[in-house]
Amino acid sequence: MKKSLFLGSVAAVTLSAGVGMADTLADVKARGELICGVNTGLVGFAAPDANGNWAGFDIAVCKAVAASVLGDPSKVKYVPTTGQTRFTALSSGEVDLLARNSTWTFSRDTDLKLDFVAVNYYDGQGFMVPKDLGVTSAKELDGATICIQTGTTTELNLADYFKANNMSYQPVNIDSNAEGEQQYMAGACDAYTTDASGLAATRAAFANPENHVILPEIISKEPLGPAVRQGDDLWADIVRWSFYALVAAEEYGVTSKNIDELVKSSQNPEVQRLLGVTDDLGAMIGLDKEWAKRAIQASGNYGEIFAANIGEQTPIGLARGLNAQWTQGGLMYAPPFR
Amino acid sequence: MTDVSAPANPPFRLNMLIYDRRYRSMTFQVIVFILVMALGWWLINNTIQNLRALGKDFDFGFLFQRAGYDIPQTPIPYTSDDTHLRAAIVGLLNTIIVSVLGCVAATILGVGVGVARLSNNWLFARLMTIYVEMFRNIPLLLWILIIYALFTEIMPAPNAYRGENPAWSKILFDNVALTNRYTAIPGLGMTNDPGSLDLGARVTISWATIAFAAALIAGWFLRRAILAWAQVTQDRTGRRPTTWWINLGVMVVPSLLLIWFFGLHLLPPELKGFNFTGGLNVQNALVALWLALTLYTGAFIAEIVRAGILAVNKGQSEAAFALGLRPNRTMNLVILPQALRVIIPPLISQYLNLMKNSSLAIAVGYMDLRGTLGGTTLNQTGRELESILLMMLIYLLLSLIISAGMNVFNSRVKLKER
Amino acid sequence: MSEMHAETVPFVRETMLPPAPPPIREAGAVRWLRQNLFSGPVNTILTLLGIAIIWFIVSHFWPWFAHSVWRADSLAQCREIIARTWGEGASGACFAVIRERWHQYMFGFYPPELYWRPLLAFGLLMVALAPILFSESRIIRRIVLIVSATATLILALALGIPTPALILAATAMIGAIAVAERQPTRLLIFSALYPFLGVWLLWGGSLWGPLMVLASFGLGALAWVVVARLLPLLAAAAAIIVALVWWIGFAGRAAEDLQNLLPLAITPVASDQFGGFLLAITIGIAGIALSLPMGIMLALARRSDMFLVKSLSVMFIEFIRGVPLISLLFVASLLLNYFLPPGTNFDIILRVIIMVTLFAAAYMAEVIRGGLAALPKGQYEAADALGLDYWKAQRLIILPQALKISIPGIVSTFIGMFKDTTLVTFVGLFDPLKGISDFVRANFAWKGIYWEPFIFVGAIFFIICFSMSRYSMFLERRLARDHR
Repeated sequence: MKKSLFLGSVAAVTLSAGVGMADTLADVKARGELICGVNTGLVGFAAPDANGNWAGFDIAVCKAVAASVLGDPSKVKYVPTTGQTRFTALSSGEVDLLARNSTWTFSRDTDLKLDFVAVNYYDGQGFMVPKDLGVTSAKELDGATICIQTGTTTELNLADYFKANNMSYQPVNIDSNAEGEQQYMAGACDAYTTDASGLAATRAAFANPENHVILPEIISKEPLGPAVRQGDDLWADIVRWSFYALVAAEEYGVTSKNIDELVKSSQNPEVQRLLGVTDDLGAMIGLDKEWAKRAIQASGNYGEIFAANIGEQTPIGLARGLNAQWTQGGLMYAPPFR
Repeated sequence: MTDVSAPANPPFRLNMLIYDRRYRSMTFQVIVFILVMALGWWLINNTIQNLRALGKDFDFGFLFQRAGYDIPQTPIPYTSDDTHLRAAIVGLLNTIIVSVLGCVAATILGVGVGVARLSNNWLFARLMTIYVEMFRNIPLLLWILIIYALFTEIMPAPNAYRGENPAWSKILFDNVALTNRYTAIPGLGMTNDPGSLDLGARVTISWATIAFAAALIAGWFLRRAILAWAQVTQDRTGRRPTTWWINLGVMVVPSLLLIWFFGLHLLPPELKGFNFTGGLNVQNALVALWLALTLYTGAFIAEIVRAGILAVNKGQSEAAFALGLRPNRTMNLVILPQALRVIIPPLISQYLNLMKNSSLAIAVGYMDLRGTLGGTTLNQTGRELESILLMMLIYLLLSLIISAGMNVFNSRVKLKER
Repeated sequence: MSEMHAETVPFVRETMLPPAPPPIREAGAVRWLRQNLFSGPVNTILTLLGIAIIWFIVSHFWPWFAHSVWRADSLAQCREIIARTWGEGASGACFAVIRERWHQYMFGFYPPELYWRPLLAFGLLMVALAPILFSESRIIRRIVLIVSATATLILALALGIPTPALILAATAMIGAIAVAERQPTRLLIFSALYPFLGVWLLWGGSLWGPLMVLASFGLGALAWVVVARLLPLLAAAAAIIVALVWWIGFAGRAAEDLQNLLPLAITPVASDQFGGFLLAITIGIAGIALSLPMGIMLALARRSDMFLVKSLSVMFIEFIRGVPLISLLFVASLLLNYFLPPGTNFDIILRVIIMVTLFAAAYMAEVIRGGLAALPKGQYEAADALGLDYWKAQRLIILPQALKISIPGIVSTFIGMFKDTTLVTFVGLFDPLKGISDFVRANFAWKGIYWEPFIFVGAIFFIICFSMSRYSMFLERRLARDHR
């Protein structure tokens, strides 16, 4: 008995200093580290490299928040969470912020007591089929065997879609993306369904991607975004606006390269406010003047992050689509900084 | 607690609670009881406080909400419109199915391998040793994943059965199709369908099944009666009548009659659209999980069986031979009953392990109790406290039922000491 | 007789015939084959079946193995190399992923420059365990000690251990071997101190922390001695209370102050940086070590004649043994936060270790109960005859013997638990089998790689578990001889 207590003491270093449901900002500052719940590994969104450094589209959100709150984007502890443990990890205070490609839904926002602060990627569920199957539309999949990851909203969407279209299917439930790819490649399922971004990444890694097509139907809305605990509005604001700072930066052409120059030279009042040259917006959320500047410097503005992790230049090769700026016909629309 | 031989009862003093042996154990038990109660109260109190802080409640109402997800293999009718409760029951049935299949197959395999390891065929005994060591020393999870992946890679997609000159063809007289999704086995059709018994909640049992079960049970009792009669005859006359063909007849003939009466026939699976239809498609997840559990537990059972046989003194079989018993009767009457005493207790824990290990089904997406109640349901409703407690309770009950049943069996084969 | 014949028979053999060689069918390899492989129709069939199985497996997997690629940066490059070298459509293994990521399979995210620390911790573990595990044979103990010490030092050197640490470690190892040679029982002191040293090496930080916890044991013992003079029966309670008060109230502050006074710290490593086999072994060993005292208490309680104590112990053991480990892991990851006071929150690895400890304790209790039951009744009676009270009898007579005969069972429990550590992947930890493999695959370069990591991890599991099971069999044979 005593021994197990002993081990607890040794790890006292790693104990987070209590949940303190109300004031996450103070906790994070006191700890000097942001604890960010992420995926255990999803190409382009969150993956550690050979040296254990995490990188990806979701990771960039963590880094931006850490930069604006703590002044250093590297002061993040990444806690990998599975589809089952993610929301508990957040609500129990194990993580400060959940950036794990989680879909914003009504019940999660209300019943699970989470707050989705923004949408960092507008996704939708799609289907991928081998080209030689000769299927060109999801409507032709009646009776097909479909590989699907269990425990996600995709499972519900699939059931709903086939029911609504009066079709039948045989699900092949899989535990992780790796198993799914393996099953699909061997032809154990006719179609593989998951978020369209995941499909694109999966397809790109195949030996011959041109033999597989992603069907045009997108059967669901999957707004993926960072979430925080309900009831700490200040912290929610910080995460929300740290993210919107990235979006706004892209809109105004502020990049990690020209940001230092713009601080000095920009005449655009919106940019000046964003970068803390004129107004002190940071004070309103308990941060200093340069919070947004640091967030943008962490890994660039939204467009830079997108291009570096999942954009068309990367092997994943996702087009901006819905995730383009509103000025480009997309949905990325940061409220005004004033 | 009172000691009769004590000369006189001294008056009770408070420190006797500690120093007097008669009261000490009572004191100790009371302290332990209080500590355990305090621990329980502490845990429950914490839970209540935490739930309140999170704004959650403890409510099993979610079990009656619409589940909304599909399950690949359902022993009872189930659609995504059913409740979470029904999904959990489907999961429980799936757990039971794979556990029962696994226990049966693992026992057969384990006994076979256990005997084969004692074989004097050098190569075969070595091969069996390699098998046992490979499976005992590598995590089950790895075996499940490997076997599932092997199924996926080796078996053909249903497409391979298509066309004029298909790459693969159905086996067993065109009745069974192996694919990398499922094993398509024929369904059963009846020309004189007697209808079904409705058990409520959309669960039905065909009258034909009931008839077959009744015939088998009746046959079993008849067989026992015949054996008893044979024993009586043997005791009286010293000559045992040949009964095997009567026994066989009693067991088989009624079933054959029923098959003829109902017009039972096989409905071979047909490739229609993407998949085989018409028959029964047994998901590969089930087959792979079953196989992995069988091979893994079989390796452990083989060791148990080997140890059990080795534990029987060699003199026993020699004595049996000296009495003129033939080898198979020696095995049945002398070796096995004694070996079973050694084999059964560890066998029980292997069965329990197999049942518990079946919760790894999630690795291949077989929707067992852990996959439905402890998986998708938990995930969709966010009721982790309720789901996991309920799931643990069900597993606990299953374990208790298995060990109770096996203990009854154990007490029957146990050596009666007189 | 012969004399009579000598006169009538014209020929008498004077010398013995040289022994003829046995017929070719009854000698050498042929005889062996006939006896062991083809002694009857059934055996012949079995042999042919065996050969067919071997041929089937080898013929299917050999080409894949033979076409292994060890040097490549990504799966795509592997495929390219295979296609170039063995022609289009050839299949081959891509072990380059192991070459690039082996350290993550072994150590997870542990800082690479500190890899020598876990290595040293496990090397010292062997030294600490040798006097317990190989108490029977001096020669084997010597071999184990020397081999593990040299292997540890060489590997540590290869992993870039700093020189002062190397000298310290080498001194410690040589000292341990010397002590083991002269007075093996003295080495048990090192075994008792090892947990503190091991934890310090793995997690790092200030040495004062573990030392202060050690001090709490010392204070507890002191309280025991002092109180035992006055109120013998309250000694245990007093010892526990003193130790706890010190541990909860003062140990932390004292460690801090002493650290300021005399810094004795190494780089701390958070437990979320543990992964791969380091994680599996840490969980396995911590679970077994922590569950041992608990298992002993449970086993004693189950054999106790106090009704309440006995039934509580039975309930606990049967509950834990009745539910799958995976559900206990879910309790660790999802429910433990509900059960602990609001605000407590410690990291998932520790929670998993707690649940694994509870799990192992139930199994351990059954193993030790078996050991207790196997002890001849005379031992109990002898202890009673000597007038020893319950605890003294247990401590001096019963447990030392019962634990010794339980070692094979404990080792089997450990093997089972070590294999079961792969299940932590389902609560988001990086176990070597699925956790590490899944994130390696999350890197675009290795997306889609499937078999190679499994083979690598499976092979390591096999080597570790197989050698442990052989050890346990060796011990069983030795114990069986002892009892004859």
